Amino acid sequence: MAFLKESYDIVVVGAGHAGCEAALACARLGFETICFTVSMDSVALMPCNPNIGGSSKGHLVKEIDALGGQMGINIDKTYIQSKMLNKSKGPAVHSLRAQADKAEYSRYMRMTMENTEHLTLRQAEIVEILTENKKICGVKTYSGAIYHAKAVILATGTYLKARCIYGDVSNATGPNGLQAANYLTDSLKSLGIEMYRFKTGTPARIDKRSIHFDQMEEQFGDEKIVPFSFTNKEEDIRRPQVSCWLTYTNEETHQIIKENLHRSPLFSGAIEGTGPRYCPSIEDKVVKFADKNRHQVFIEPEGEYTNEMYVGGMSSSLPEDVQYRMYRSVKGLEDVKIVRNAYAIEYDCINPMQLNASLEFKNVEGLFSGGQFNGSSGYEEAAAQGLIAGINACRKLQKKEPIILKRSQAYIGVLIDDLVTKETHEPYRMMTSRAEYRLLLRQDNADLRLTPIGHEIGLISDERYEKLCLKKQQIEEEIKRVKEVRIGAAKEVQELLESLGSSSLKTAVTLEELIRRPELKYEDLAPIDPDRPVLDDDVIDQVNINIKYEGYITRQMKQVEQFHKLEMKKIPEEIDYEQVHNLRREAIQKLSQIRPISIGQASRISGVSPSDISVLLIYIEQMKRS
Amino acid sequence: MYQDQTIAAISTAMADGGIGIIRISGDESIDIINRIFRPAKKKDMMQVDSYTAHYGYIYDEEKKIDECICLVMRAPHTYTREDVVEINCHGGVMVMKKILETVLKNGARPAEPGEFTKRAFLNGRIDLSQAEAVMDIISSKNEFALQSSLKQLEGSLRKKIEEIRKTIIHHIAAIESALDDPEHMSIDGYGEQLLVDVKQLKSKIRALIDSADDGRILKEGIKTVIIGKPNAGKSSLLNVLVGEERAIVTDIAGTTRDTLEESISIQGIPLNIIDTAGIRDTEDIIEKIGVDKAKEKISSADLILYVVDVSRNLDQNDEMIMDLIVDKKVIVLLNKSDLDKKADIHLLYEKIKANPEWKYVEISAKTQDGISDFYEILKDMFFAGSLSFNDEIYITNIRHKNALMEAEQSLMMVEQSIMDDMPEDFFSIDLMNAYESLGFIIGESLGEDLVNEIFSEFCMGK
Repeated sequence: MAFLKESYDIVVVGAGHAGCEAALACARLGFETICFTVSMDSVALMPCNPNIGGSSKGHLVKEIDALGGQMGINIDKTYIQSKMLNKSKGPAVHSLRAQADKAEYSRYMRMTMENTEHLTLRQAEIVEILTENKKICGVKTYSGAIYHAKAVILATGTYLKARCIYGDVSNATGPNGLQAANYLTDSLKSLGIEMYRFKTGTPARIDKRSIHFDQMEEQFGDEKIVPFSFTNKEEDIRRPQVSCWLTYTNEETHQIIKENLHRSPLFSGAIEGTGPRYCPSIEDKVVKFADKNRHQVFIEPEGEYTNEMYVGGMSSSLPEDVQYRMYRSVKGLEDVKIVRNAYAIEYDCINPMQLNASLEFKNVEGLFSGGQFNGSSGYEEAAAQGLIAGINACRKLQKKEPIILKRSQAYIGVLIDDLVTKETHEPYRMMTSRAEYRLLLRQDNADLRLTPIGHEIGLISDERYEKLCLKKQQIEEEIKRVKEVRIGAAKEVQELLESLGSSSLKTAVTLEELIRRPELKYEDLAPIDPDRPVLDDDVIDQVNINIKYEGYITRQMKQVEQFHKLEMKKIPEEIDYEQVHNLRREAIQKLSQIRPISIGQASRISGVSPSDISVLLIYIEQMKRS
Repeated sequence: MYQDQTIAAISTAMADGGIGIIRISGDESIDIINRIFRPAKKKDMMQVDSYTAHYGYIYDEEKKIDECICLVMRAPHTYTREDVVEINCHGGVMVMKKILETVLKNGARPAEPGEFTKRAFLNGRIDLSQAEAVMDIISSKNEFALQSSLKQLEGSLRKKIEEIRKTIIHHIAAIESALDDPEHMSIDGYGEQLLVDVKQLKSKIRALIDSADDGRILKEGIKTVIIGKPNAGKSSLLNVLVGEERAIVTDIAGTTRDTLEESISIQGIPLNIIDTAGIRDTEDIIEKIGVDKAKEKISSADLILYVVDVSRNLDQNDEMIMDLIVDKKVIVLLNKSDLDKKADIHLLYEKIKANPEWKYVEISAKTQDGISDFYEILKDMFFAGSLSFNDEIYITNIRHKNALMEAEQSLMMVEQSIMDDMPEDFFSIDLMNAYESLGFIIGESLGEDLVNEIFSEFCMGK
């Protein structure tokens, strides 16, 4: 029987990567918050790959940190190997990735949650969302307890009606055999929310002691550690690192897979959900790229206090006996013991086009959502949305405008805009090519871009903000200075240039011109620049990047300027597209469904043409005048 | 970003007239004129007062194009409330085109139909009552432009552009997949390989730009279809029009269609006559190429010349033809007027009178009687505006060329980045721009193309 338990400002459903960020943000902004999880032992669980970051995902983590989120701090505390990817490429695509100690990661996040003021963690399954006149008023647990709230944030991840499958084995559980949430979907449907069914998968975990590492290539971490959190310096987090290992599949592996494809639940039709193309199962890879005679396999530790290792690159839903044969055909894994089977998981999520860019549902006031529930994939994508959903739930209660990051401001902006504007047919993963202004959205300047916003929101302390302002000032002053300092063709100058493999000077040039040479860096020129101030490495990085890539950066900034003009043109909320006669039918349908907030967003909807945009502009001007 | 760019268009009739005006509107208008206009009296165009006229010459880099007068009008007291420059030049299609292209090369983009008016409205210059009309223009003209542009693009041009785009997106995907998954893929030294392709792509695009200059991409003019029963006198008429009025006659096999076209100019009115073998062979066009093909030709035509042999009775064929052309602008040519009228012509007169878009004239292709009356009717229709020069097609053409030039520019930047030894991620930014510019021509955008290409061509992921 239902009974009233308690009242909170905000309820968060789920304590994964999205739920944790959402709950922490709400509590830190002073709202009484309760966060529900089906198991207290699965807070910030990493049920798939044992790492955080990577290409473009690393950017997300940096941005979360710059806004005052937790993920960066948590991984800095619990990483066991750190690597900057794409170091030989341009600064825009440098991406930080760290191997995590999964158990530690989860434990440290739980500890942070448990010790945050205004935040309550509670183990219970939420089965119903309670509304009054399409407005949120609370949630109900499986045991019938009712919790009143002014806002609810859904972050159910892959738990809704979850099913784990391999071969002909199908378990109605969430990831790692955890209890699935089987009732909430129906409650959401009754609120008129459209659900999708997505799928993803994970490889087996194997026993470290059964691996022949001498048959594999060792993969070390970087010597120089770059922290995820801008609050950390390298020396704060330096530690001995653990290695990963590289091996390959071979023709035999592929043969085993091909011979057993008919036993895959994907082929038998037992799996109905749509899977992501960017993390294909090994059987997908073998079928789709039949001409490749080997695929990389990364063996990654799951933590320091466990012998479990993750078999990166070989996720699968083949039957257990095939899994054994397949893994054992890989060099170095001949005698491998499986600890946990590989499996595919299916789950309910929503069509994210039902959300505003604030991550609030369009048709249920006060209901927000984030993470895999929104049709994304990945821990980082989840955390980013969770943070924004949390912030905007608070701003709703504060009666403030929501925080909507622009595509020109943050990867988070790109992520959310894509989710709510473009149709998703598979779990959405962040990719660097999705960010059209990526030269400006670098991981190294996430703090410069977003910390002022984090401060305005209230998640960044005054102290941290002042530090940032100082950094910004130093960068600007130093760039100005190197543009002015002239270097003559003196002997010591020529000698230094020669020693750095750079051509000698014919006439005097500015320091800036020297820094722009590909073979030179700001740091190299110290001997001939006696008046330079003492600056932190991260300030120097910014000076280098801003000068070296100035041409490209200026070009993108110009594009952004144009882009902003359209983003600034807001579409009135009350607009009825059916009344705009000159719009084409398809445009009316799409616009009515998505209800973009700006002309800019409208122009990104597939099926809305430039002439539709012109018509819309004129119609809005008409509305304004009449 | 497209919405706020500086725009330009020829704002007088696209015909060989007395004076032609090219209008530019937007933030960069005065910058642009400053770059391409050399006033006869030395002065700084950036500084001249609003509403002043300046005499001088338009230059495309070092090449003098035409003598002209430039009117500079500064925001907000202009039609669009933006900075506006009007270049008054000697009318003449080629000169106007050349000047417009120079303006575009220097930073403007071609204006869409109704766009000056649209801006006037959005900037608060004109009132509400005119807004509806503008929206009608935009939606209908754009629909038309889209249709005609797609029509022109069936065939080899489209194919060429698709091929170029395919190569480009493959390279982008190669680079991007390696950036997204650096441990699975390496693209170190990719620049060398890319440079070879970029050079080739550039020359392919250059060839398309050059062919646009020859007018080969598509031709401008009033698209005219001659239709009629066998032996009605279609080919004689064509011979009269082409043979006697040899103002401009070009025989260029269309690169975008398989039929032959005749471009003729009748007293300054450009006609683009679609000529099929069917007409020449005096076979019935409907029988020869089928009703569908005839319908297609008719639906895309601006003007129909319907030739009727008045010495024979009307039959089923005539009825079929009249049904097909009922919604079109038609001049009915009552041919063989030198012979006895046997046809039940009164039926035809009724049809003509019932349709305000239909005109008629009696001619004899053989004796050339009535041909000058036909020209008068044509001229009346043209100058009264009921028959408009198909400037949407012209716009499409110049937009295409502009897009090709932008793509070329982007590829040049890629080349530069490779030579400067920039990291690979810089290449793909300009490659994407090139891909988008080319997509503009065939009405396709990047959208999910890249993601699809990455996943179908490159094996990545954990």
